[in-house]
Amino acid sequence: MQSEVKKVLSGDVRTVARLIRDIDDKVPEVREVLKALYPYTGKAYVIGVTGAPGVGKSTLVDQMVAHLRKEGKTVGVLAVDPTSPFSGGAILGDRIRMQRHSLDDGVFIRSLATRGHFGGLTQSTRSAIDVLDAMGKDYIIVETVGVGQDEVDVVRSAQTTIILVIPGMGDDIQAIKAGILEVGDIFVVNKADREGSDKTVHELKLMLDMSQEKYEEGRWKPPVLKMEAVFDRGVKELLEEIEKHRMYLAEKSGGTSFRKTRERIREELSEMVKNRIIEEVFEKLIQSGEFEKAVNSIRAGETDPYTACEDLVIPKLNLAEEHGRKR
Amino acid sequence: MSLTYNRKIMDEIREAYRAWGKALDEAFAVRPERLKRFSTVSDQEIKRIYTPQDVANQDFIRDIGFPGQYPFTRGVQPSMYRGRLWTMRMFAGLGSAKDTNRRFHLLVKEGETGLSVAFDMPTLMGYDTFSPRARGECGKCGVAIDTLKDMEDLFEGLPIDKITTSMTINPPAPVIWAMYIAMAEKRGVKREALGGTIQNDMLKEFIAQKTFMCPPKPSLRLITDTVEFGTEQVPKWNTISISGYHIREAGSTAVQELAFTLADGIAYTEAAIERGLDVDRFAPRFSFFFNSHMDFFEEVAKFRAARRMWAKIMKERFKAKNPRSWWMRFHTQTAGCSLTAQQPYNNIVRTALEALAAVLGGTQSLHTNSLDEVLALPSEEAATIALRTQQIIAEESGVANTIDPLGGSFFVEALTDRMEEEAFEIIKKIDDMGGMLAAVEKSYPQKEIADSAYRYQKQIDENEKVVVGVNKYITEETLPVEILEINEALEKYQIEKTEKIKNERDNKKVAECLERLGEACVGSKNVMEPIIDAVKEYATLQEVCDVFRRVFGEYRDPGIY
Amino acid sequence: MKDRKLRVMVAKPGLDGHDRGARVIARAFRDAGFEVVYTGLHQTPEEIVQAAIQEDVDMIGLSSLAGAHIYLFRRVVELLREKGIDDIVVCGGGIIPEEDIPKLKKIGIREIFTPGTKLEDIVQWVKENVKPRIEGVKCKVK
Repeated sequence: MQSEVKKVLSGDVRTVARLIRDIDDKVPEVREVLKALYPYTGKAYVIGVTGAPGVGKSTLVDQMVAHLRKEGKTVGVLAVDPTSPFSGGAILGDRIRMQRHSLDDGVFIRSLATRGHFGGLTQSTRSAIDVLDAMGKDYIIVETVGVGQDEVDVVRSAQTTIILVIPGMGDDIQAIKAGILEVGDIFVVNKADREGSDKTVHELKLMLDMSQEKYEEGRWKPPVLKMEAVFDRGVKELLEEIEKHRMYLAEKSGGTSFRKTRERIREELSEMVKNRIIEEVFEKLIQSGEFEKAVNSIRAGETDPYTACEDLVIPKLNLAEEHGRKR
Repeated sequence: MSLTYNRKIMDEIREAYRAWGKALDEAFAVRPERLKRFSTVSDQEIKRIYTPQDVANQDFIRDIGFPGQYPFTRGVQPSMYRGRLWTMRMFAGLGSAKDTNRRFHLLVKEGETGLSVAFDMPTLMGYDTFSPRARGECGKCGVAIDTLKDMEDLFEGLPIDKITTSMTINPPAPVIWAMYIAMAEKRGVKREALGGTIQNDMLKEFIAQKTFMCPPKPSLRLITDTVEFGTEQVPKWNTISISGYHIREAGSTAVQELAFTLADGIAYTEAAIERGLDVDRFAPRFSFFFNSHMDFFEEVAKFRAARRMWAKIMKERFKAKNPRSWWMRFHTQTAGCSLTAQQPYNNIVRTALEALAAVLGGTQSLHTNSLDEVLALPSEEAATIALRTQQIIAEESGVANTIDPLGGSFFVEALTDRMEEEAFEIIKKIDDMGGMLAAVEKSYPQKEIADSAYRYQKQIDENEKVVVGVNKYITEETLPVEILEINEALEKYQIEKTEKIKNERDNKKVAECLERLGEACVGSKNVMEPIIDAVKEYATLQEVCDVFRRVFGEYRDPGIY
Repeated sequence: MKDRKLRVMVAKPGLDGHDRGARVIARAFRDAGFEVVYTGLHQTPEEIVQAAIQEDVDMIGLSSLAGAHIYLFRRVVELLREKGIDDIVVCGGGIIPEEDIPKLKKIGIREIFTPGTKLEDIVQWVKENVKPRIEGVKCKVK
């Protein structure tokens, strides 16, 4: 294990790639490596990019990478695409737009599928971020389709979250309002050459103004930018805004690295605990068939859901005894 | 009410149809229909029989009429093949310019009436053989052109003032065309005398063929420059060959091929009009290029519908007055994607049927694929058989004895109407998106085609559609087919050849020419003259294309699957 | 431990733009439950290999229809070898002359799928011949 940790710290691409695979496949032993890597995390700046399909997320990420590389920064990219609920497979195509960076040693791009495991996406993405962080990447960009709570949570692990929309998506702006307005730090109207971009900018600003509590005195007020990512127009301005947001966060946390603030640690730990419970209890109940059996019993009138729940969960709760400590 | 039959006759037909239906039900009760569903290769459902009821709304003069008369359903010239047969134009190009030149001399000797040049991948993408992106590709699927010298070698000894030359080239089309013009002028042939075609259809590249260089908008500007230049200076040249071929090869249905191709044509026309050109001056030089696939009647109907649709579009939408603007002249190539690697000799039969459909659809020129095309580049023998296939159709089969022999067939007419209607619906959808350029930027046609391709492959896998030798009548043994190999030393030869030219030319002049071209690109001056000047100084293809890339940016695959 | 998911890459080396086959096979792989990384068009062998490493795929499927397959496929295999990778299965598809197939196999291309091969046969072949490369960090930890 020591050698794996060393390899990650020295930036070994193959080890990192394999480790992320193990994280994704939920190999239990990978936790030991993550524990050892933790002290080396917290240095990278994490940017989340989200928005509906077709708004140009990958194109934007590609341009951001190009800009950051010009400044000599190293970049890790995690591009998340949905898993097909029918087959469990996925086509991971975000990479296509970023392939020009694949020969650049300062860039590591990895495609991830959502896999639909119970809330585990956030967890595995966060672990993957840790690995890229420990590997020494200055910036880590996480790209997800902004649908579903899972993916909203993913962008929540970023320091700066960018929400991308395009003109003429009235309904989608409503959707943003309902879901992820709160998590957006910077709003971008991409494909701004299209008709209606000013209207979209205006609507977004209006909406942001209305959610007042968040934008009280001294707090970060999310800017709304116009962009044509394909032509690299507006990308530089976006990076400047990100830098401003970074300064704002640094000031607010009084120098503590973002990932290590009390608030963040609490959030990440609670997430981890919840996931672990799901993994240790719920998934095992599913796998063993006990869960289905209980469903059948309730249907047959043999028991009620309350009793069934107790019968399922209580015996599993004494985890330490059941597993022994793995050390 | 029928426009051709009176009410009484229609009633009688309806009555007889019912009686037949009854008898049919009895017959199927004993022995059910062969298939659950009968459909074309594009999955259009086909009825048991077609009768006057299916063409009840057709008016003979308005909808079918006579060849050479609006709306040209039956052909663009009044005489069609009674006057002159279609041009048998075989696509050829391999290895070096000198190798291809030899093949061209052979084809002319064999009776071919027009040349058609295939370029290798680096040339198609605007790279010189020297480029790292070109490694391993030189001369693989066509001829390599780096400089004017290659163009000179390619046409050495060929009567360019008499033959017409079709060049399948897209993003670098202005450059390759400039080289052709420069080559001709060096030989003393005036540009006004040159006849031929450049494909120059970028929209379908984004949609289907994926040979791209600059983003859609500047690509359209370059095309409009060539249209403008051609209209004014090379009047006998077809400046765009609006191509459905590749759209079909990428997996579209016949109706999609029709709709997307015409929508591309509409976009080019709009761009040229916006430039201030008179539609009746440039539109007659637009030509089309279609695929001919395996479903015989669907293809015939497609060609007839295409002509009628374009005539309507030009006359009604663009208010063109010159009947030549209404004409849709088109080249056809048989479907490469219908050929099979299994039992390759069956491909001769497939190609013959597809060629027949193109002829009965009234094509102006035709390329027939070689039986080995699915295995490798065509060998000389296979290319000859393919040409002979056309000659047999033309001179033995008798199908060219009368014009539009399938006109008036209830089935063909009904199918023609239906395909026109469905294609116009798609065009409407594209118009609503803001035109083809906007639709392409939204990847609409790309997604539609990807869906169709996947559906078709599934149908084959599930034996819903039969491909002989692939999912039915499979045999184990494979007949050896003689296959052409390209010499690996070619790459080295070509690189050295261009290197030598670069050392011998006046590099200062080249730099000046490229500088002027860059200025033209940034501004709004037509790029053609600056390109001709540059290639005359032996600027390479890539040097010129790099100017485009620098000024207009590079387009990358958006990856639609 | 959960089941390992098969990760495959569908790549288009070279300049030819015929991606119908690549796109269709990518969908078929997805429908078979694989995670498919699609590189898009016009990739150099170097770009493909680097992407395959970063994505930790079990297989690279190369598609070529313009005759440059010998050079391009060979270069992909060579690059993998140069980097000491011997556990990524490389297979190919497209317009490939019968007589080139033994040559390609000798170079190290495991299988060649020519036009007309059923999607399900390709999927089946992958399922039988490509296994997730589980000897990762996990084994070394113990």
